[in-house]
Amino acid sequence: MGMHAAHALVSGMGGMRTAGDLVARMQYSKKMRKDEAKKYVADKLGISLEELVDPVTMNELREDLDIGRINEAPGVAKGIDAKFRIAKLLDLKINSVEIFKEKIEKGF
Amino acid sequence: MGKFKTRMGDGFMIEMSEAEIRQDLEDGTKDAAERANVDPLSQDDLDFLFDIFASPYRIVGVEPGNECCLSYDSMNTKIQRAQIATSQLQSIQIMERALGADSLELAHIDYSYKPVKPIVTFEKPVMEQAQLLTIPPLLYGAMPNMGLYSQPDGPCPNPADLIPKGKLAEAIESYEAAIEYAVDDMVYVGSEMYESGADGINFDTTGAAGDAEFFATLTAIKKLKKKFPDMAIQMGMAAEFVLGMHGSIEFEGTRLAGLYPHQQLKLAESVGVSVFGPAVNIVTNMTLPWNMARSCTWTKAASDVSSIPIHACLGMGVGGVPLNLTPPIDALSRASKAHVEICNLDGL
Repeated sequence: MGMHAAHALVSGMGGMRTAGDLVARMQYSKKMRKDEAKKYVADKLGISLEELVDPVTMNELREDLDIGRINEAPGVAKGIDAKFRIAKLLDLKINSVEIFKEKIEKGF
Repeated sequence: MGKFKTRMGDGFMIEMSEAEIRQDLEDGTKDAAERANVDPLSQDDLDFLFDIFASPYRIVGVEPGNECCLSYDSMNTKIQRAQIATSQLQSIQIMERALGADSLELAHIDYSYKPVKPIVTFEKPVMEQAQLLTIPPLLYGAMPNMGLYSQPDGPCPNPADLIPKGKLAEAIESYEAAIEYAVDDMVYVGSEMYESGADGINFDTTGAAGDAEFFATLTAIKKLKKKFPDMAIQMGMAAEFVLGMHGSIEFEGTRLAGLYPHQQLKLAESVGVSVFGPAVNIVTNMTLPWNMARSCTWTKAASDVSSIPIHACLGMGVGGVPLNLTPPIDALSRASKAHVEICNLDGL
C-alpha cells in the first residue's frame, strides 16, 4: 500500500486532486495514449496542460463544473452525479451512468 | 569519485562506484536486448539512468509534464491485507480520496476469477454501490490463475505431476481442458461485473501459468469484447517471457511460448485490450542498476510500438522494484521515474 502512495507522489497525475481521473477515462474508454488524452481533456476543460495537473487550479475548476473534488462541501457532486457531468463534458458514454439512466427511465 | 548507495534486487543495501553502476546498466540492457531481439537503451538513456542512481536525494520524481495515470492490481485488498478494518467500498474510497488514485479497482480478497465465480452475486452489489459513490473509472479485477484448475484445487490432472513422468500428451490435454474452464469463468465474471456498472475488467498477472493461460485470457477478452464492445479491458502480465508450459499452443497463428512484452502487446491489441501492462521480474541476486536497465529495455520496446496506453507493472519484484514486502522509497521512486520517462509510459 505504501507503494501506491509513493507512485502517486513520484509519477502520478493526482487523481481527483487534479484531472488524473479524467485523463484515465480517456485512456480506458478511447485507448488514447497519455499525450493525446491529456490534450483532449485540457481542451475540453479550456485549460493548459500545466493546469491539468495543478491541484489549486483543478480544485476550483472541479467545483465550478461540479464534477467532484476531494474536499467535501455541501451540495457538491460526490459520485454518480459527477459522472453524469463528466460523460457530457468529455463526450463519453460511462457504463454506470447508462445503467443508472435505464433504471430511472424504467421507473417513470 | 566516491561510492553511491543503491540496492540488490532483493532490496538489501549495497554501495557501487560510478564504473560499477555504468557497467551494470550496460550489461542489463545488453542482456534484455539479446534475449528479446530488441534495441538496447541508447547512451542517452543509460546516462539518464546513471544520473537517477547517482542522485543524492532519497526520493526522485518525474519532471512536470511527464506525470502519468495510475492503475492497480487488487486495489482494495491491499488495505484489507494491511489489517486495516475497512470494507471493500471504504478501501476504494480511501484510494480515491486519500491516495491520489487516477483509476479504481474492486477486487475480492481471493483475487482470481475461479473463486469469484461462486460469490459473484455478492460482488455485484458492492460494484453497484461503489459506482454510485466514486468518480474515477472503476474496474473489476482478478487473476486468470489457471493453476487453480489443476488437481488437487481443480478438476484437471496436474501438468506439474504429469510432465516429470514423461506424460507430455496428457499434460497438454490437461492444459487444454483447463483453458475451457478458465475462459468460462472469466467471461462469466467479466459479464456480471460489467452489467453491474464496471467501466472495465482487469486481467492481472496474465500468463502466470504459462502459454495456455495467456491463450485462455486472450480468448476470454475476445469473447467479452464481442459481447460488450464498449467494455474497457486492462491486461497486466505476469512476466517478461511467456513460459511454454504447453509449448505449442498458438493464438490465431502466433505461437505464445517465448513471447516478450513487445510481442505480447500486439496480441493484446488484436483482441481489443485498452491498457496493457508489461511485467519484468526482478533478479534478486543482481543489482538494481542491472535490473532497471533490463526492465526499461523491454518496457520501452513495447511502448515504442504500442497504439494503446501502456501501464507498466511496477510492484514488489517487478519493473525494477525490489522483491520485498516493504519496497524502500529510494528504490521505488527511481524505478517509477526511470520507467515513466525512458519508456514514455502512459501509466503505472
